[in-house]
Amino acid sequence: MSLLVIAEHDNASLKAATLNAVTAAARIGGEIHILVAGSGCGAVAEQAAKVAGVAKVRVADAAHYGDQTAENLAALIVANAAGYTHILAAATSNGKNTLPRVAALLDVAQISEIISVVDADTFVRPIYAGNAMATVKSADAVKVITVRTTGFDAAAATGGAATVEAVAAGADLGQSKLIGRELTKSARPELGAAKIIVSGGRGMGSGENYHKVLEPLADKLGAAMGASRAAVDAGFVPNDYQVGQTGKIVAPQLYIAIGISGAIQHLAGMKDSKVIVAINKDPDAPIFQVADYGLVADLFAAVPELTAAL
Amino acid sequence: MKILVPVKRVIDYNVKVRVKADGTGVDLANVKMSMNPFDEIAVEEAMRLKEGGKATEVVAVSCGVTACQETLRTAMAIGADRAILVETDVELQPLAVAKLLAAVAKKEGPQLIILGKQAIDDDSNQTGQMLAALLGWSQATFASKVVIGDGKATVTREIDGGLETLDISLPAIVTTDLRLNEPRYATLPNIMKAKKKPLDVVKPADLGVDVAPRLSTVSVAEPPKRSAGVKVADVAQLVDKLKNEAKVIA
Ligand SMILES: Cc1cc2nc3c(=O)[nH]c(=O)nc-3n(C[C@H](O)[C@H](O)[C@H](O)COP(=O)(O)OP(=O)(O)OC[C@H]3O[C@@H](n4cnc5c(N)ncnc54)[C@H](O)[C@@H]3O)c2cc1C
Ligand SMILES: Cc1cc2nc3c(=O)[nH]c(=O)nc-3n(C[C@H](O)[C@H](O)[C@H](O)COP(=O)(O)OP(=O)(O)OC[C@H]3O[C@@H](n4cnc5c(N)ncnc54)[C@H](O)[C@@H]3O)c2cc1C
Repeated sequence: MSLLVIAEHDNASLKAATLNAVTAAARIGGEIHILVAGSGCGAVAEQAAKVAGVAKVRVADAAHYGDQTAENLAALIVANAAGYTHILAAATSNGKNTLPRVAALLDVAQISEIISVVDADTFVRPIYAGNAMATVKSADAVKVITVRTTGFDAAAATGGAATVEAVAAGADLGQSKLIGRELTKSARPELGAAKIIVSGGRGMGSGENYHKVLEPLADKLGAAMGASRAAVDAGFVPNDYQVGQTGKIVAPQLYIAIGISGAIQHLAGMKDSKVIVAINKDPDAPIFQVADYGLVADLFAAVPELTAAL
Repeated sequence: MKILVPVKRVIDYNVKVRVKADGTGVDLANVKMSMNPFDEIAVEEAMRLKEGGKATEVVAVSCGVTACQETLRTAMAIGADRAILVETDVELQPLAVAKLLAAVAKKEGPQLIILGKQAIDDDSNQTGQMLAALLGWSQATFASKVVIGDGKATVTREIDGGLETLDISLPAIVTTDLRLNEPRYATLPNIMKAKKKPLDVVKPADLGVDVAPRLSTVSVAEPPKRSAGVKVADVAQLVDKLKNEAKVIA
């Protein structure tokens, strides 16, 4: 078997999510290659070559791969798909955008967000917001798979010594053009990689309260910050803070849910956290049904007190 | 410009799903079914484009069992002009749905197809991207803003790090994210009107599409249950538990 993992990167560095996808590939077994498609992405290829367990890194370096637009990227992957039994990417917004397009061009199914590997054809994936786990078997010659990063440990970022080879760039299809990005700038850890997450919901009442009350706690804990959909919809925080079925899926060591009721769509994104703490003034809030430690209290009193006690 | 909006009938998002005891799937008997919430957003966006003079006709399409007609009526109550049901009892997977939609698109000739980013039952998040591939069209997934220009659309997308804006050439595929708009409620007069709007029924064979599934479900199981822990009396006890029992903070 031979597996191709699509690198997640920003042309400067390899994103950690790629390492989880490499582990999923290793569980399937076979020779693992990484495809780095980007613009001026030599440093990424070097990092990819050091990832433990990777045999070869293939690099397509051209201006029209710089922004990771799906049309050009999918065409490139398909042009280089021959010989692979599995094509994998992390289930990031890029992976989810591109891999279904790859699968359709190859006329095969795509298997979304696997959390474990049963054998080379059979995988487990959550459905219904994680309320059921489906084991699915593919009859296709090539398996195109996105990997839920919380389901697999990261492969070691160093220790490997893969060969690096250039692959020819395809034509620029010119179907989409990046106009701009507004990325949330933060010194905090990324939600997907954080050991501790402090998350706020509608109970915060306003964006001002969210920052005033939660930031000191997150600072003390070195935590990433998340939110419920209600908090994002209300404009307290940007969209990339959303944890849940249709937001980010996280599984930190410690998840602190503050002023969040615990709707199933929210639980779908955080219930695999090792330890869950809930602070809510409503003793019947469903979040308490999954919390290891629940504190029934007004958050505006409890959170500053907690921050002070740490 | 014509807009096509594929809408899926799914278990209502408020329903607590139960895995069947025999492990073959989830129990859908007598549960409330509704339009996939992301598809309501898609219909709403199409209506706003029509009301803003950017679109001339909005056509809703659903693929699946006869009961999907209800979902199509809902789409028409929100405002879609007419509807097409691709009727089949086969359980459709995203590639099959995308092939059916591609065949419908070739007949209908829309400039824009707006889908939900994911269906809340199977959570695949694939159909729109697959449809774009099959038609060779541009795509903008996870949209939070859509502006139609001359031969192009400018779409703001929700991505992992924040937002990005793309110019995509038309015809194009857009998939909706939660914050694209807030769908209107269908009013009673509009629900009545929707009953009289045209709804065509076709079969996959009429479209020349093979809908045979590529994936088979081996089993469906309950996820590991997480049991409720304890309620702590106060902040001091919480800190003590986190430090000394869970050992997750120093
Ligand atoms: C298609 C779809 C997709 C969705 N995807 C997601 C998703 O990905 N992520 C997500 O989070 N949601 C998602 N939702 C929304 C979800 O259903 C809930 O509406 C949402 O999670 C509620 O957010 P919340 O808990 O912050 O707000 P609420 O449910 O309003 O809860 C607020 C809580 O704060 C508590 N509170 C208020 N004031 C205080 C105080 N002073 N002190 C202490 N506690 C206080 C209240 O007791 C209450 O429990 C989705 C919904 C749909 C339909
Ligand atoms: C437990 C379980 C087991 C299953 N087993 C099988 C099986 O063995 N074989 C099988 O064939 N199927 C099976 N299915 C059904 C099938 O997997 C999904 O319904 C199908 O994959 C569609 O995925 P999705 O809706 O999540 O696609 P997504 O890509 O998430 O849908 C995105 C968007 O595409 C559009 N769309 C999707 N479906 C339709 C539609 N039918 N009509 C119109 N528009 C649509 C909507 O705009 C939607 O918002 C199973 C489902 C479950 C829950």
